[in-house]
Parts: sequence; C-alpha cells; structure tokens
Amino acid sequence: MALKASALKVGDKHSERVVDNLSRTQIVQYAGASGDYNPLHTDEVYTTQVAGYPSVFAHGMLTMGLTGKMLTNYVGDGTLTKFGVRFTNQVWPGDTLDATATVAAIREEGGVKLVDLTLSTVNQDGKEVMTGNATARLDP
Amino acid sequence: MAKITFPVEASHIMMFARSIGDTNPVYYDEAAAKKTEAGGIIAPPSFAQSVAQFNPDYFLRPKPGQPWFGSGKTPSGVQGKATSSGGLHAEQHFEFHRHIKPGDVLTVETKPGKTWERESKRAGKLSFRETISEYRDQDGNLVITATGVGVTTERPVSQG
Repeated sequence: MALKASALKVGDKHSERVVDNLSRTQIVQYAGASGDYNPLHTDEVYTTQVAGYPSVFAHGMLTMGLTGKMLTNYVGDGTLTKFGVRFTNQVWPGDTLDATATVAAIREEGGVKLVDLTLSTVNQDGKEVMTGNATARLDP
Repeated sequence: MAKITFPVEASHIMMFARSIGDTNPVYYDEAAAKKTEAGGIIAPPSFAQSVAQFNPDYFLRPKPGQPWFGSGKTPSGVQGKATSSGGLHAEQHFEFHRHIKPGDVLTVETKPGKTWERESKRAGKLSFRETISEYRDQDGNLVITATGVGVTTERPVSQG
C-alpha cells in the first residue's frame, strides 16, 4: 500500500535494521547477483595485501539495496519516482546497519501527491555510511 | 559507449532480492505480486545496476584466458601496476519513469557526464567522473535514468 498523504507530516520518520552482522557470504551473494566481482569486495588476500585495506568491504550498491528495502517497505511497491545516494563511509563485514527515512516535504505535481524523503544509513557506531534522497507517489 | 541489451528475467530479480535480504513477495511470487499496487513482479529499485551482467566487456568480471587482478597463486594476477586502490562508487541516483519487470528487454546507453577533482585528508587527490545511463524498454520508452559517480583515490581511504 502506498502511504496516504493525509496521514503524513513533515518530520515523520521510518527506521529499519537492514542488516545485522553483515557476512562476507552476503557480500559474495551480492557480487553474484549484481555482476560486480571487484575483488575489493570478496577477495581478502587481494584487498589486504595489494589494495591496502584492513579487509574486504561491501559494495556501495549493497548498502543502497539494503536501504532501498527499508524505503520500499515504507512507501509501498512500485511507488518510488526517485532514489539517490552518496556513499560516505565504507561498510565492513560484521557491520550492523540501521536505515532511516524522514519526511522532508509533501507536495503535488501535475495532480499527483508526492513525498520527498531524506535518507540516512548508520552503522553500529552511529557513523553515517550513506546519505540520500527519495521521492515517492502517495495516495490522497 | 555501446548500447547494452538487458533482458530482465524473474530468476535474476529473485536472486538480486535475496542478495539484499529483501523477502518482499513482490520480487518473486507472481500470485502475491498481482495483488499489490505494482500489479505483478517488479524489480527492487537498485536492480538496474545489474546491467553489468550483460556488458560483454565489464572490467569487474573475470574472463576466460585473461589475467584477473584478484588473487590466485599470488595476491594479484596482474603484475607491475601500483594498485593503491581501484575506483570506488561515490554516488548513485535513479529516476524511475516506471519500474522494471520480468520480460522487459531493456536497451541501456551510457554517456560520460561531468568530471571534477577534490583534495581529501583521508585519501589524497580524488578524481570524480559521472556517467549517465538511459534504460529504454522494447517500445523505446524511457524506464530509468541512472546517474553514477565514480571516484579514483590517490591512496586507500584511511580509516577512523
């Protein structure tokens, strides 16, 4: 179900824990599904010994996908018109992520009610790993 | 860049939804999806990026008979290149004209956008480049416009 414009107000928030103790295997699963086999995400030997990182880390797009799950659970299926993000910190195996959408505006465009949301995804230390914006269609 | 043909299959959407831990039946169960306002199975919003599977030259997929920069007998299968760090993904934006569904045969055309540079304390000089991809369906209608920003860092991003 799409959200109802009449039941929303600016400042409303929706949060979900989108992953708990991220596993290397889930990162591998994402590599396989998305087709992005960059060894920085799946190859501990390459990433630590050649690339110089402490361990493999998640694809930014996995964090976007995890955050998108919270978003579609909130706004409903097939109602998103925009979804954009900036990756601000890396996400590591073992991380637990909480994603939040906050209502920034409720407006009308060409007779269609829309909600603008600001997005923030943080890790277990409260560090922001991703910020973003989204727009979705509302029911009246 | 060449146009890529992206045939969208239900099994690919299901695998993608699993990989992001999304158990919403609208991504795999046709009967349940019919009852939602999507009217049938659709793809999760960031699925569009999986077009990489259909790019024959995608550089982040190992190819038979070609050296791969990940580890094998040695920590990297490619010699001599100072790999301080590869490119990282800085931003991604999608504009949905409608949502992707199984059976779509999308044509994806990617064009370069802006480029810019910035100094950072954590990773040295950052070089940003934008790409804009248009996903059109079998009828030529625009489905998704995707804008990506990649960044190449001078050195690995320091932690902390």
